[in-house]
Amino acid sequence: MLEISNLVKRYGHNEPVLEGLDLTVDGSSVVAIVGASGAGKSTMLRCINRLVEPTSGSIKLNGSELVNLRGSALRHARRRIGMVFQGFNLIDRLTVMENVLSGRLGYVSFYQALTRRYPQNDIDRAFQLMDRVGIGHYADKRADQLSGGERQRVAVVRALMQEPEILLADEPTASLDPKTSQQIMSLLQTLASEMSLPVLINIHNVTQARMYTDRIVGMRHGQMIFDGVPKEFNQNALDAIYGGIESPEEDGDNTADKDSATQQGGVVA
Amino acid sequence: MTDFRTASGALPGRVWKKPPFIANPWIRYGLFAVTLIYLYWAFSTLPFNWTRISEGLPRAARIFSGGFPPSFERASLMWTGFKESFQIAFLATLLGVMLSVPIAVMAAKNVAPLPIYLLGRSLIIISRSFHPVIVAILFVAAVGFGPLAGILTLTLYSVGFVGKMLAEEVEEIDWGQVEAMRSVGAGYLKVLIYAVFPQILPRQIGLSMYQLDSNLRASAVVGIVGAGGIGGTLMNAFGRYDYDFAFAILLLIIGIILVSEGISGWVRKKIW
Repeated sequence: MLEISNLVKRYGHNEPVLEGLDLTVDGSSVVAIVGASGAGKSTMLRCINRLVEPTSGSIKLNGSELVNLRGSALRHARRRIGMVFQGFNLIDRLTVMENVLSGRLGYVSFYQALTRRYPQNDIDRAFQLMDRVGIGHYADKRADQLSGGERQRVAVVRALMQEPEILLADEPTASLDPKTSQQIMSLLQTLASEMSLPVLINIHNVTQARMYTDRIVGMRHGQMIFDGVPKEFNQNALDAIYGGIESPEEDGDNTADKDSATQQGGVVA
Repeated sequence: MTDFRTASGALPGRVWKKPPFIANPWIRYGLFAVTLIYLYWAFSTLPFNWTRISEGLPRAARIFSGGFPPSFERASLMWTGFKESFQIAFLATLLGVMLSVPIAVMAAKNVAPLPIYLLGRSLIIISRSFHPVIVAILFVAAVGFGPLAGILTLTLYSVGFVGKMLAEEVEEIDWGQVEAMRSVGAGYLKVLIYAVFPQILPRQIGLSMYQLDSNLRASAVVGIVGAGGIGGTLMNAFGRYDYDFAFAILLLIIGIILVSEGISGWVRKKIW
């Protein structure tokens, strides 16, 4: 169970990106976080595994506090949190297997990591997971030789190798074509229920959010303004979140383009 | 609607010129003037002694004619000199490249904390601030004539160059891979060997090849001030007026440089 309470993140002296955010995720639910670019979705996700340092607030994973951890305590906490990125972030010049095994880096010794002598259990688990997502035959291929969808599968397997207690996905389908991105979304959905793993997905594609998740959280200006099941996510909610931007799917990634439309106040549906 | 010029209100025949490189005309023409004045001053004050230059010309002709045909009679001496030069260059490259990896990590702003970064940068600046010949003179004075001085000199030279280039490469890596390794709970060293080193490896190999090539060249030069190798052989040949032998050595050096440049270029092209 993930409990975020009163989370604030402020870069320098600017307006806070997150303004006292509260969010609780329990069980094996798949939660979609939607919102315009700059709403703070990515910052929130990165606060959870502390790639971004929260300014204040509390984040608890299964009862243990994550904010203010340092050194090895922080690294141990990160092992419990898997993360999948928009740009896959694989080690391009290493093999698929090395990438997958790197999910175990928090558990093995430096010597094992350097010489790639991972425990047999890890190797077995790696093959099993790779076969599960259909990339088993790529074990010795270099990661940059794979297609986008295959790379994201490697990234998912790498995160699962951590035996995480929660999986974070920061726009995992934004660099993929529509068909592949559907495959990745449905993979995340089935893996979540198979492994009873809570999954948080930042996503721009509202249609896919409705289709593949159990719960949708809408964010705007660092605050949560919608929280409900996909059925409740109607046009009003969409307007409140995107403030009249007609089709968020086509909005793509123009982060800088915070046009005036998003400035008008939206009311929670 | 078809006439765009009328539509946008612009007239035909408008003049366009490439904007000048330096916009301010005072600075532009001022720079010209300063350069001309300096050139005039430099040439008029440097002591060119034309009589001595004209006396020197026949001497140069004598040296050149004495050098032809080049004599390869003492090839074994050349071979010994070349072998020593190669050993110096190879060992110095190996040592220099090995040392430059940690120094490059220290001198990369994105992976090193500020005090370490400053230390790493100063190490690189110090090893780059003197030409190898000057360093060689110091090392010859410190450890005596011979290849050890050459190895130490070129190691320092390699650390300076490879360290600087690698540090820049580390600063330009794809940060996403570092974030990914951090997010799985890897510590600093594991992040380095998984997320940083694979990204700089091709550059590292390319730089090592280039440095070997460059050290081979430099080892001939530092030999002249007594740091061992073929440069010493060359200096001795000149000292004994064996111009034909000296020319043979020069030809050998040219040959070595051509071959090593070819090999290193080929290897660097092979790495993606």
